[in-house]
Amino acid sequence: MEPRENRYARSHEYVHLDDDVAIVGITNYAQKELGDVVFVELPQVGTTLEAGDELGSIESVKAVSELFAPLSGEVIEVNEVLADKPDLVNSDPYGDGWMIKVRISDPSELDQLMTVKDYEDYIKSES
Amino acid sequence: MAETSPETPLKKTPLNALERELGGKMVDFGGWDLPVQFSGILEEHQAVRTRAGLFDVSHMGEVFVRGRQATELLQKLTCNDVSKLEDGRCQYNGLLYPTGGFVDDILIYRNAPDDYLIVVNAANAEKDYEWIADSAKGLEVFVENRSADFAQLALQGPEAEGILQPLTDLDPASIRYYRFARGRVDGVEAIVSRTGYTGEDGFEIYVAPEEAPRLFRRLLEAGSEAGLLPCGLGARDTLRLEAKMALYGNDIDHTTTPLEADLGSIVKLDKGEFFGRDVLVREKAEGVARKLVGFEMVDRGIARHGYPAVDGSEEIGVVTSGTHSPTLGRPIGLAYLPPDRSEPGSEFTILIRGRETRARVVPTPFYKRARH
Repeated sequence: MEPRENRYARSHEYVHLDDDVAIVGITNYAQKELGDVVFVELPQVGTTLEAGDELGSIESVKAVSELFAPLSGEVIEVNEVLADKPDLVNSDPYGDGWMIKVRISDPSELDQLMTVKDYEDYIKSES
Repeated sequence: MAETSPETPLKKTPLNALERELGGKMVDFGGWDLPVQFSGILEEHQAVRTRAGLFDVSHMGEVFVRGRQATELLQKLTCNDVSKLEDGRCQYNGLLYPTGGFVDDILIYRNAPDDYLIVVNAANAEKDYEWIADSAKGLEVFVENRSADFAQLALQGPEAEGILQPLTDLDPASIRYYRFARGRVDGVEAIVSRTGYTGEDGFEIYVAPEEAPRLFRRLLEAGSEAGLLPCGLGARDTLRLEAKMALYGNDIDHTTTPLEADLGSIVKLDKGEFFGRDVLVREKAEGVARKLVGFEMVDRGIARHGYPAVDGSEEIGVVTSGTHSPTLGRPIGLAYLPPDRSEPGSEFTILIRGRETRARVVPTPFYKRARH
């Protein structure tokens, strides 16, 4: 089960919106599909992202996956803890395993993202 | 991240249903539906290094070569010296084209002086069989592809011998490295060899397909106290890479010779004529054009199969395998590099998705188990 209040991208990032700041990470489904995460490459604070931009990458033992920006905005914080503890993405994807915080520039983009119900249907269609 | 669905249905080993029941995450591996992991690659890897792991490797092929001229044929087709084998011994070998490139890398088991079992890679089984059978024309040799008659389980790790011992009428302790014996495992007729693809002690067990699910369960039960885990292809890959065991299709293929692949130990130029010998003689005299080396990353990142090694704008080599090493806790890999850049300590650049990333040649294997 993925949290109800979040929004979801087709590329399996979640957005947890707190006022105009979006906390971005990958979903529980995505971390399970990837397996053991061993390295997360994230953008620098101050980077400006457009929705759909590649923002970094995530390496599990078996493969690499690109991370995409679900919303446009400026990166205001990066989860530095992941450099030493990338496995937090597996153990706590919605908590300590978050990746970046983005000050969003266009709240209307939120409508392009899926609700939890849509995302869960989407996962079912993918698997 | 979704796997694309293939046109043709995937092949299944006799353990497929059991693997699903055990929670295996199934993937398409060269046309076979096999588990990439059960509990997780890191955990499974660690189990094999410190306790034991059980793998389904039933997709591997089994080709029998028998007859008065069987040895003669195998000597012609391979680069290692088959005449050095004795009954009950296994040998790692290269099946070579006249160009010196690999048809496949294989294990040869000698049952009798004119009777061999050849264990081949799954994706190559049909190609190998045809290659050997075609080459046998006119000789007193009978070649048979019996891949469908065997399931293969790999029981690997320091606890493997202790787990197997109570289940078999063989004495596993007396089967030394690269030896095999025929006997019963849990009442089932089996070939048991002390071989593997993990760099750890262990056994490979060949049984009839219909016996495999029950035996797999039985071994898991018998080993549960010792910490035995079912393991998937993911851990198999990290384990073999740490031990620098070549993977056909990644590190070696029809374009690479055993000398390029740093497999000089299986090249016996003095054994007589064989396919590719003249190429290997020349390489030995003049040096190889490229060499397979181990590397670690200097910068952050994991280099994967196919990433180019570059010097400025010039492509100087290619990464053939790369992963995060669970034992070392850092990225490792194998790459073909020009010989003058292949010395340990030499640094080079890998393009990781377009980004220049520094790596350093290191001695291999990355992991070697302590032997007693």
